[in-house]
Amino acid sequence: MVQSTFSGSEAHGEAAGRRMSRRSLLRGAALGAGAVALPSLLTACDSGPSGVTMGSNASDAVPKKAFAAAFKAYEKKSKKTVRVNTVHHESFQENINRYLQGSPDDVFMWFAGNRMQYFAQKGLLSDISDLWRNFHGFSDALKKQSTGRDGKQYLVPYYYYPWAVFHRKSVFRAKGYEVPRTFDEYRALAKQMQKDGLVPFAFGDKDGWPAMGTFDYLNMRANGYDFHIALMSGQKAWNSPQVKQVFDLWRGLLPYHQQGANGRTWQEAAQTLAQKKAGMTVLGLPHPGQQFSVADRADLDFFPFPEIDPAHGQDAVEAPIDGFLMSKKAKDKEGAQDLLKFLATPHAEDIYLASDPNNIAVNSGADTAAYTPLQKKAVQLVAGAKQISQFMDRDTRPDFASTVMIQAIQQFLNKPDDINGLVNDIERQKKQIFAAG
Amino acid sequence: MTGTPVHRRTTAVTDGERTAVPKSPARRAGRPGARRYTRRDLVLLGVLLGIPILLDLALIWGPTLASVGLSFTTWDGVGDIRWVGLKNYDDLFTSYPQFWPAVRHNLLWLAFLGLLAAPFGLLLAVLIDRGVRFSRFYQSTLYMPVVLSLAVVGFIAQLLLSRDQGALNAVLGGKNPTDWLGDPGINIWMVLLAACWRHTGYVMILYLAGLKSVDPSLKEAAAIDGASERQAFFRVVLPTLRPVNVIVGVITVIESLRAFDIVYAVNKGRNGLELLSVLVTDNIIGEAGRIGFGSAIAVILLLVSLGFIVTYLVQELRGEEQR
Repeated sequence: MVQSTFSGSEAHGEAAGRRMSRRSLLRGAALGAGAVALPSLLTACDSGPSGVTMGSNASDAVPKKAFAAAFKAYEKKSKKTVRVNTVHHESFQENINRYLQGSPDDVFMWFAGNRMQYFAQKGLLSDISDLWRNFHGFSDALKKQSTGRDGKQYLVPYYYYPWAVFHRKSVFRAKGYEVPRTFDEYRALAKQMQKDGLVPFAFGDKDGWPAMGTFDYLNMRANGYDFHIALMSGQKAWNSPQVKQVFDLWRGLLPYHQQGANGRTWQEAAQTLAQKKAGMTVLGLPHPGQQFSVADRADLDFFPFPEIDPAHGQDAVEAPIDGFLMSKKAKDKEGAQDLLKFLATPHAEDIYLASDPNNIAVNSGADTAAYTPLQKKAVQLVAGAKQISQFMDRDTRPDFASTVMIQAIQQFLNKPDDINGLVNDIERQKKQIFAAG
Repeated sequence: MTGTPVHRRTTAVTDGERTAVPKSPARRAGRPGARRYTRRDLVLLGVLLGIPILLDLALIWGPTLASVGLSFTTWDGVGDIRWVGLKNYDDLFTSYPQFWPAVRHNLLWLAFLGLLAAPFGLLLAVLIDRGVRFSRFYQSTLYMPVVLSLAVVGFIAQLLLSRDQGALNAVLGGKNPTDWLGDPGINIWMVLLAACWRHTGYVMILYLAGLKSVDPSLKEAAAIDGASERQAFFRVVLPTLRPVNVIVGVITVIESLRAFDIVYAVNKGRNGLELLSVLVTDNIIGEAGRIGFGSAIAVILLLVSLGFIVTYLVQELRGEEQR
């Protein structure tokens, strides 16, 4: 780099320059290390008593805004602050284990049922039975879903959304379709739709969970709610004749399902319904509506999943409940409890639903006057239900749902004919996972 | 390093050339003769070597041994760790339906990148090096995908290949569109193609740099000795490229064993796109918390990697001795 035609003093200068650069390099390295360490030190410092922290998985625009409105109302009322940490919806779920063991927020959003009880059992949640004694407007079914295996309450339920068979009124009217009540009528309707050039069931299972809804309904209609719960909690065998029958019933319907489900997201599936290319789809209340244009939303309708065994009728409704939990490691316990108390009031739910009308309030005191006809119908559906299930991935262990059932159902959709091999595979893995405790 | 011995082995012409080049004698003379380390130097050396060694132990060997240890236990990440011996491995081999497909896909990945993408990259490099028209344009176009992360390549693949809304099916039309990414018999090939698209450019640029540094007089000498162009390439040029070949081999193995982001972007690595890395992630990260079981899969991946690493090191060391 340096030409060597200069005198010795220049060479000295070069050596000095090199030493300087080594020293400055070290200094730079030290500064760099500081820069890496500093932010974590800062975050460690800022856990001052400035209000309750809220861990939010509501990363989509509509719910995010709706939750913000609800928290704002609380801040106004209580003169306290709520600091919301929003994390991408799927990532929040995936990191929940580490999140709860690290430094979780005081209150965080989660789901009812087994998916909550699992973490309660691990001692990661705070018991809020005291608060529950003063809660009003929650049904017994809701209380049951908010209760851990130890009989204590952990969850403040906030809203729910029933699953059903969605369709477009205008399509049914134009083609003269009747809402089916039994499974035979359901199948006949699907056949008719296929004849009329429609895809009977819009269907996408790329994300792995949407098809669980269909499985749950087939299972609860054929074998009843109690069997569903026993199966999900690992007490019944997956290679039992009952489960084989469920897959067999499903196989009979598969020719009417949109082909290539494993490569399609539920959003794409719902769009085919919106475009009137498909006749029906089994999804939750917020799902198809999001894919419909505002003008078309009034055209969206649903009917309960049809009856298979008259002994079970249409008793059970799949209606996942979302709500709030308090972490065991909450720093501001009193603040958290105060916030939970507010969130359990019908008023708090009203504020949320005003901005996100795709769900239903759980509190019986909530204002239903502003509900859309679809919301009102959903309320009736759940009110008339004898049992309420959550959803496969909420009624069973999270590890079983995510590492066994998602893959098993996708495999079934690829190769619907090998039911025996499939259920034996599931049962073997189930035994291993549930034995792990 | 590996570069100089090759030179030494080749003809005397290059050696002569080398000595002929004036090598700034003034600077060489200016260096102090014998090295004496002061205490300060020793401390500095100790710190500078010690920190990387400590980091290496803490960040690489620690977790590796911890994984191996955990693979013999069952642990959900919260409660107690229970020793279960080889049960995780037994479960893995006998009743985890995704395991063998994942192993197969990883090996397929290796074969595809190693036997197709890398030679193709070499071919492109040779073509460009010989100076086809618009070679600059080809060079940059083919290199472009390398700057994209594989996750982005995965998203691009979805835009092109999605069954209902993808560009390819829109062009092909037809009543029964092929489900390029959803059909478990096809999707692995589509993803491999996309990975190949990126890998080829990478390999090409490496070989191109290598080819540019090959001494033209070598080829001339070969031509004078009566070698055909083909012989000259395979007998003279390619052996000269040995360091590049080694690098390409290493990155190909690394890319195929760590493949993850592209399948995860496409469908979370399920339904025909299982890979060992995905299974590790599914079981350990995520809600599942089957840390012992996931560690067992990670150990298998480690063993496969070790197989390649050991082979490579043995080859390198043996090669060093021979020279």
